[in-house]
Amino acid sequence: MHLMTGLALKDLHKYYGSVVAVQNVNLHIPHGRFVCFLGPSGCGKTTLLRLIAGLEQPTRGRILLDSSDITDQPAHRRNFGMVFQSLALFPHLSVGENIAYSLRVRKVENPMRQRRIDELLELVRLPGYSGRHISQLSGGQRQRVAIARALAIEPRLFLLDEPLSALDAKLREDMQLELRMLQQRLQITTIVVTHDQREAMTMSDLIVVMGTDNQVHQMGTPLEIYREPADTFVADFIGTSNLLQGFYSGDREAAVLGKTLKIESVPEGLASGSEITISVRPEDISILPGAREGENCLHGIVTFVRDVGSSVEIYLDCDGFQIISQSTPQRRPPVKQKDAATAVLPPAACKVLTS
Amino acid sequence: MIGDKPKGLGDHLPIIYPAVMLGVFFIIPFGIMLTISFFKRQSGGFYTPTFDLHNYQNLFTPHFARVLVFSIFISALCAVISVAVGFPFTYFITRMRRKAQVVWLVMLISVLSLSAVIIGFAWSLILSQTAGISNFFVRLGLMAHPTSWSPSFWALLCGLCYVAFPYTVLVLYPPLSRLDPHLPEAAQTLGASPIKTFFTVVVGSLRGAIVASLVMVFAFTLGTYVLPQILGRPQHWTLSVLITDEAIYHSNLPLSAAMAVFFMLVSLALVALTMRIGKGRTVEHK
Repeated sequence: MHLMTGLALKDLHKYYGSVVAVQNVNLHIPHGRFVCFLGPSGCGKTTLLRLIAGLEQPTRGRILLDSSDITDQPAHRRNFGMVFQSLALFPHLSVGENIAYSLRVRKVENPMRQRRIDELLELVRLPGYSGRHISQLSGGQRQRVAIARALAIEPRLFLLDEPLSALDAKLREDMQLELRMLQQRLQITTIVVTHDQREAMTMSDLIVVMGTDNQVHQMGTPLEIYREPADTFVADFIGTSNLLQGFYSGDREAAVLGKTLKIESVPEGLASGSEITISVRPEDISILPGAREGENCLHGIVTFVRDVGSSVEIYLDCDGFQIISQSTPQRRPPVKQKDAATAVLPPAACKVLTS
Repeated sequence: MIGDKPKGLGDHLPIIYPAVMLGVFFIIPFGIMLTISFFKRQSGGFYTPTFDLHNYQNLFTPHFARVLVFSIFISALCAVISVAVGFPFTYFITRMRRKAQVVWLVMLISVLSLSAVIIGFAWSLILSQTAGISNFFVRLGLMAHPTSWSPSFWALLCGLCYVAFPYTVLVLYPPLSRLDPHLPEAAQTLGASPIKTFFTVVVGSLRGAIVASLVMVFAFTLGTYVLPQILGRPQHWTLSVLITDEAIYHSNLPLSAAMAVFFMLVSLALVALTMRIGKGRTVEHK
């Protein structure tokens, strides 16, 4: 039998009656990676995590960990660590007792438990908090205790369900870095569910994008997902995209908005005449003042300039279609509202999407 | 406003109504009873006002002590059984779908509409020799011949638990339905089996509610008066029966008042002790 390390999800489906929660999931998550399940709310990413944790039973499909089938193993035998969105810290236990819960359940002797509590509190930078009551901790501290509790048994998989959503923006950014560095230090396979793409891109080795159809749309490194979106949903959901609909006219040219656009690469076997969508990232588009003629130029009127200091976005109305471009303040194009301008779409930046 | 101490007459107005009600219907009657407990009985008549500790001295008889201990014992046993059965029962109800929960709660509340007299006779019928449940067991071949199980200690205990059970569930329902469903799930991902989860996390985090329901059922059952006379033998009569007996059939109001006051002090002390134990084991707040 072919041995595979890591977590494999095979043809996984979960229905609640006639409601689809997750369907057609086939994934392989290699050992030691940091993976984010990213998607809008209701896409089934939390259900997928709960299936992996054993808190839900799949309607169909198998879950394999290091080639052994764990689909029918109950949650308490899987030796995974999980951090819940509500954190689910035990309110009747102290910080130390919360962290040592999994050790006590496994009948680890007390001196050993104490040592592990101290180690973990050191790890999450809360030394000396063992005797505190949960209600005496701030949101960020509770977060750390929940992480320490999940890591107490050195779990085979570390699962986190929207772990940072309750924290304020500043603390969240700090915790993202901390979580990532913790994972790199421990080399533990980690899966985080999030709807925040910035969070996903900050932390993960791999991102799994799920859509409103409760399926996986793409899995790849953060840059792959951003640069080479698999379909229009991913292009639209991750960052901002200009999505231009048109037809492939063959020979690396597309008919879009009444113009012909040159494209650098085309998916293999794309027949001319096929309906396609061209995705261009705002930062790849340059804006020139006035109506210039040339390759891949679209003409329009500047409708809005959004200057937020760190970047400048220019909204261009091209015959009723809105093009958004983004540039640094240093390279800000010399245009203002109601000016005529030209958007240049470099052929290399035009990604062809067929679905 | 919330958190500020009330100042002046205006702020105190809202509590005047409950204060008057409490005074008229609770404090004054209790004061009357306390006063009477110091009066002297007039044989053949009522009582003469005086200050006399004689009634309290008369309490210290073996008979009174036995009835007092029995009342406390059966109430405590009833509280423990009702909560031990009611807690898991309520936990399973709160995990059901909303509609199913309503059906169960309505069924339980409907039990409250029955009077203690009806419940008492129903149980004595169920446990009787002629028409009782033992006939059913004989049919099934589990018993040789039908037996009478009432009146007896166990019949009384069944009746008391039957009355106390809906109250137990109603007291436990709100805290159990507020329990974060992720708490037991978290315990499971940490390696606790479902049974271990139930005892360490569900019971553990709701210890306050469990103590509160124990105290409630205990205090509620202490006052039982009808059931012991229907389902119990004279040796199973509780202090309430004895007090009534003394007050009505022996016309000794001062002695029965003294009994009631003493009984109340003992049960208050027990309630305080239980709450103390319930609090003692929580984590220290530093």
